Amino acid sequence: MTWDWNAVGAFMPHFWDGLLVTLEALALGSVISFALGLVWALLMRAPTRWVRWPVGAATEFVRDTPLLVQLFFLFYVLPEWNITFSALTTGVIAIGLHYSTYTMQVYRAGIEGVPAGQWEAATALGLPARRTWTAVILPQAVRRVVPALGNYVIAMLKDTPLLMTVTVLEMLGEARLYSQQHFQFTEPLTVIGVAFILISYPASLLLRALERRLVR
Amino acid sequence: MSADTNTLDNPPVDGSELIRFDKVTKRFGEHTVLDGLDFRVDSGRHVTLIGPSGSGKTTILRLLMTLTRPDEGTITVAGDRLFPAPGKQVREVRKKIGMVFQQFNLFPNMSVLRNVTEAPVTVLGLSRDEAEERARGLLDLVGLADKCDQRPGRLSGGQQQRVAIARALAMRPQILLLDEVTSALDPELVAGVLDVLRDIARTTDITMLCVTHEMNFARDISDQVLMFDSGHVIESGPPEKIFGDPEHERTREFLGAVL
Repeated sequence: MTWDWNAVGAFMPHFWDGLLVTLEALALGSVISFALGLVWALLMRAPTRWVRWPVGAATEFVRDTPLLVQLFFLFYVLPEWNITFSALTTGVIAIGLHYSTYTMQVYRAGIEGVPAGQWEAATALGLPARRTWTAVILPQAVRRVVPALGNYVIAMLKDTPLLMTVTVLEMLGEARLYSQQHFQFTEPLTVIGVAFILISYPASLLLRALERRLVR
Repeated sequence: MSADTNTLDNPPVDGSELIRFDKVTKRFGEHTVLDGLDFRVDSGRHVTLIGPSGSGKTTILRLLMTLTRPDEGTITVAGDRLFPAPGKQVREVRKKIGMVFQQFNLFPNMSVLRNVTEAPVTVLGLSRDEAEERARGLLDLVGLADKCDQRPGRLSGGQQQRVAIARALAMRPQILLLDEVTSALDPELVAGVLDVLRDIARTTDITMLCVTHEMNFARDISDQVLMFDSGHVIESGPPEKIFGDPEHERTREFLGAVL
């Protein structure tokens, strides 16, 4: 096995394409998981169990089944019901939905971590429920959960190669395509491996710094 | 420090019955905290609740603030019944009552000024300017005019508690509930908070219900002292009477232990 710098050079244009797709999937997946996770967390605090029970069961189901299975389901089964998305959209939805069942637990812990005295002070001042949530509880809860959410972003980054299985050409997809066309596996796979480290390691350092700042 | 009447423009007081508990019982699991309690407070009175820990004093304040519900009995504030009451009526009663907590419970995500303006703006519908003017007046009253833009976390416990007092007063409540407001403070910070409260008690006719272990403070500000034991009022009267010549054996024991 020899290392061929020319192969690295030839792969790089494909790498950049793949990187862009990876980051796009990651960004959209994160946004969906942050938003949906908050929705699940709030629904789980609904006064009636007719809301809590179905939400709890559905999210438990999603959390306890593999992302890859969900991805295949969305990609191969939904079209049979005439629901069709692009491969990338399908992938983003799958990742966002899957991780929202984790972020909801992060939000729950964040919300429960706000001291009871904050609710009592809001009640004593007569703040309406919606205002109590938006002005008092959530700002404090979100502050606590930013580091934990960030860890899930890094986990999501490492799950984006799964999208390759539904034809999305993210980094691994590009590397595999190039490898198969040129019979050179070492260089493309090494490049994307290094790329994953170069993204996730600084990101985790950043999160640790953020954690020190935000969580007192 | 002086309270100009503009800053603390409380509703006029006619000495009529403002708070009324009828046969109120509150249990926590097996433990009965209040047992068929009857008591009344007329408007403008400064009432101090004393008694051993666990005798139900704080529960009375929490019931009035609708932070907890009674198991039996009725509570009436200014003629409006609580529990059960329509949401609108509960909100009206909450507007009439302000509460200061042992642990301050300031909102750490807001500046000191925002802590004081938040409820006047969102609940009373004041404009931001009006609310800020009112808040600055009150923060001046409690000696913290220079801390408006700070986060509460940067203040001492005593300063935080004075902000909490300003926050409660910004709603211009008829009734102020003080729940062991100095218990969480370092000893050297207690005096500053009590001075502010003495000032408010002296210069306004806001009705005050105060749970405290500061007997000198109770003697200073109150015109009625209720001695609690095991969920009942066992003795009540003016402070001179309760502190000077208590009738009940339990009162004598309690005061002997705390004074």
